[in-house]
Amino acid sequence: MNMLLSASVINNLIQAAYFIAALLFIIGLKRMSSPKGAKNGIVWAGVGMLIAGLITFLWPGMHNYGLMLAAILIGGVLAWWSGRRVPMTAMPQMVALYNGMGGGAAAAIAAQELIRGEPIALAPAILAVVGGIIGAVSFSGSLIAFAKLQGLIKKSLRYRLQQIVNSLVLLSTLALGIWIIMLHGTAPMYVVIPFFALALLFGILVTLPIGGADMPVVISLYNACTGLAVALEGFVIGNAAMIIAGMVVGAAGTLLTQLMAKAMNRSIANVLFSNFGETASGSAEGVSGSLKPIDADDAGVMMAYANKVIIVPGYGMAVAQAQHKVWELTQLLQNRGVTVKFAIHPVAGRMPGHMNVLLAEAGVPYDLIADLEDINPEFATADAALIIGANDVVNPDARNKKDSPIYGMPILNADKARNVIVIKRGQGRGFSGIENALFYMDNTRMLYGDGQEAVTRLIQSIKAIE
Amino acid sequence: MINGFIALYIFMLAAFTGYEVISRVPVILHTPLMSGSNFVHGIVLVGAMVALGDARNLAEQIIGFMGVLLAAGNVVGGYVSTERMLAMFKTSQDKHKGSRT
Repeated sequence: MNMLLSASVINNLIQAAYFIAALLFIIGLKRMSSPKGAKNGIVWAGVGMLIAGLITFLWPGMHNYGLMLAAILIGGVLAWWSGRRVPMTAMPQMVALYNGMGGGAAAAIAAQELIRGEPIALAPAILAVVGGIIGAVSFSGSLIAFAKLQGLIKKSLRYRLQQIVNSLVLLSTLALGIWIIMLHGTAPMYVVIPFFALALLFGILVTLPIGGADMPVVISLYNACTGLAVALEGFVIGNAAMIIAGMVVGAAGTLLTQLMAKAMNRSIANVLFSNFGETASGSAEGVSGSLKPIDADDAGVMMAYANKVIIVPGYGMAVAQAQHKVWELTQLLQNRGVTVKFAIHPVAGRMPGHMNVLLAEAGVPYDLIADLEDINPEFATADAALIIGANDVVNPDARNKKDSPIYGMPILNADKARNVIVIKRGQGRGFSGIENALFYMDNTRMLYGDGQEAVTRLIQSIKAIE
Repeated sequence: MINGFIALYIFMLAAFTGYEVISRVPVILHTPLMSGSNFVHGIVLVGAMVALGDARNLAEQIIGFMGVLLAAGNVVGGYVSTERMLAMFKTSQDKHKGSRT
C-alpha cells in the first residue's frame, strides 16, 4: 500500500515536472522572438530541460542507470566541447549535427519499441513507424549536410535516374513500414533492420545532390523533421512533454523552412528534388556592357565622401573571414559622418540568419542590420552599395528577365544605388551558374581580390585621405 | 497514459502554438531561434532515458545507449551554440555603455 502510494506520488511529480518543462520551453521560444528577451529565452528553456531531465531519473522501474549516466556524460561532454570551440562561420554544420543527433535519438526510441517484438496497438505502431522514418532521415540527412558544409564531401552527387532510385528506396522503406504496422510491431529482425537501414539510406541519397546555397532550407527542414519525429515518438511512449515540445518545434521549423524557400522563390520540393545549378545554361546572353575594374583608392574615395553606404554581405564574406575588417571599415566611415547600413538577404549564408550572427560576432550592432523589405526602398538614396561575397541575391535579372532561372526571386535592389562596388575574387559566376547583370551595369565597378584583403585595402585608402 | 484523442488535441494545439510563437520573429533572430528550437527538441532525451531504462537485452541496451548519447549531444550542443550566438547580439547603445565602463 505504502509502495503504491509513493509510486503514484512520484508519477504525479514526474508529470508535473514535464508540464512545467513544456511551459518553460514555450516561454523560452517566445522570448527568443525579440533581441532583448532572447538572451534569457534560452535560459528559460534550459531550466525546463534540466527539470525534465533530472526528474526522469525517478521514473519507476528503470534499469541501466550506469549506462544512462555514461551515455549522457559522453554525449554531453563531446557536444559541450565541440559547441564551445566551433567558430561562428562553422555554426551551420554544428547546428545540423546536433539536430541530426536528436533525430537519431527519436529513431532509436522507435527502433527499441519495434525490435522488442511485443504487440502494440495500431495507432502507436503507425506513429512509431512514421516517426522512425522521419527521425532516421533527419539523422543521416543532417550528417550529410554536416559533411558537405564541413568540406568533407566536396561534390554534389548527381546522376541519371537519381529521382527514380530515390523513389524506389523510399517506397521500399514505406512497404517495410506497412509490413511492421500490419504485424502490430511483432515483425522479425529481418524486417525491422532493413526498414531502418533503408530509411537512413534515403536520408543520405536525398541530401547528397543538394548544393551549398540551398543549405538554409535543408537545415531548417531537418530541424522541423526532428521536432515532428520527437512528437510522434512522444505519443508512442506516452510522454506529453515530448509531444508538445516536438510539435512546437515541428510547426516552427516548417514555417521557417517556408520562409526560406519563399526567399528563393522555390518550393521545398524544388529544393529537394531538382538538380538546380546543373542545368542552368550559364550563357551571358542578353547581358550587355563590360566588367569595369576599380582600384581600392578610387573606391575608398567614393565611399569616404558618400552620405550613405549600404553594405551587402554574402557567404563569400564568411569564406574570406572578412567580417571583422568590414566592421572596421564601417566604423571608419561612421567617424567621417557617413551613414552605413547592412542589407541582408534571408538566404544569405548557410543557415537562416547566418550573416546576422557573423556580423554580430564581429561587433556590428543589430540596429545597423536591415532585412530585405526594410532596406530595398533605401538603395535609391544610397551613394554607394558595397557588395561583398554576394551574387545571385543582387542580380537584377530576378526582377527583369523572365527567362532567367532565378526570375521572381526577391532580391536586394543594390542596382538602384548611385554607385555599386563589387568585391569579388575573380570573374566566376554565382551558385546558380548564371551571369549577374548587375556587374555589367554602367554604375558598377569591380574591386577584384580576396574579400578580407580587398576590404583592408579600402580601409588603408580611406585612412590615407585623412 | 495519454488517450488517443487527447493526444490529437495536444498535437493540434502545440502545432498552432509553434506557428504563432515564430510567425513574428525578425529575420535577424532566425539563426538563434532555429538553434533554440533545435535545443528544445532535445527533450527527446527523457524518452531515450526511459527507453534505455526499459532495455532488457544487449541489442536493446546498445540501441538505448546510442539514443541517450545522441539526445544528450542534441541537448548540450543545442544549448551551447544558441547561448553563444545570442550573447553576441548588441545594439549601438549597448556598445557605448560597454565601452564607457
